[in-house]
Amino acid sequence: MKRFTCGELVESITAYLDDALDPPVRAGFEAHAACCDDCRRHVHQFRVTIRAVGDQPPEKLPDRTRERLMSAFRQRRRT
Amino acid sequence: MGSLAGDGLPPDDVVVSALRAGDEEMFATLLDTWARGMLRVARSYVSTDDSAEEVVQDTWLAVIGAIDGFEGRSSVKTWVYRILVNTAKRRSVRESRTLPWSAFERDTSPAADPTLFHGIDGALAGRWKEAPAAWPTPEGQALAAEARGLIGEALATLPPRQRIVITLRDVEGCTSEEVCEIMEISAVNQRVLLHRARAAVRDLLESYFASVKQPE
Repeated sequence: MKRFTCGELVESITAYLDDALDPPVRAGFEAHAACCDDCRRHVHQFRVTIRAVGDQPPEKLPDRTRERLMSAFRQRRRT
Repeated sequence: MGSLAGDGLPPDDVVVSALRAGDEEMFATLLDTWARGMLRVARSYVSTDDSAEEVVQDTWLAVIGAIDGFEGRSSVKTWVYRILVNTAKRRSVRESRTLPWSAFERDTSPAADPTLFHGIDGALAGRWKEAPAAWPTPEGQALAAEARGLIGEALATLPPRQRIVITLRDVEGCTSEEVCEIMEISAVNQRVLLHRARAAVRDLLESYFASVKQPE
């Protein structure tokens, strides 16, 4: 099992969350996190951040562009 | 974070047959479902909102022209975004905005500030010098509108490739495989870019929470 420092754990969070760590490395990540409050807090904040990024407002194409594209799509059938 | 649950579109073969048959409702659904992601990716390459809208428009015109020849070697979404990226790149060359990507990036440095941790010598090697400050927001709770606005601004200032990766993964809910295919990058590179982008946004939220913290 790999032994993690706090600095190494912080760099591996995205790989951990994507389940991209090899099993012994993943086990080392979890073993460190289990006994390090600071790293657990940092991982939690990373998760909060990811959720927050996913919460961006919706956007639409401008009506003019959308109309033009719908009309191009209709046109396609006739050619 | 509904985007991570998928975009609610029918399977690709249904989408492709509908488009080939001229199903306007299906075409409109795709336009609307991917509008935000496509506009945001386009904006990472070109300098104005108007150019980004034109890139998205040209992409869809190309899709309309090519749908009969679509061979299904990738998903429809990946195919459309590939056309978008290529259209945006050509446009950014015309705008002379193109720099070698390497000039934008600091791919080799760690995402977190190394001075946050003790040096490699001594008993505390690699440990936090100071505990990360607590945030007032539980994981499940939505952030204030103000913080959401800040995140939007922060995303817009990230280096282009980081911005595209975090937009596709965390805003639009693409898988890492889709992002690798859309951007033609390796899984490792994709992860490095995503991690850096998330770390930058986390740092911004940390400063935000520090600034709004109520005295206890």
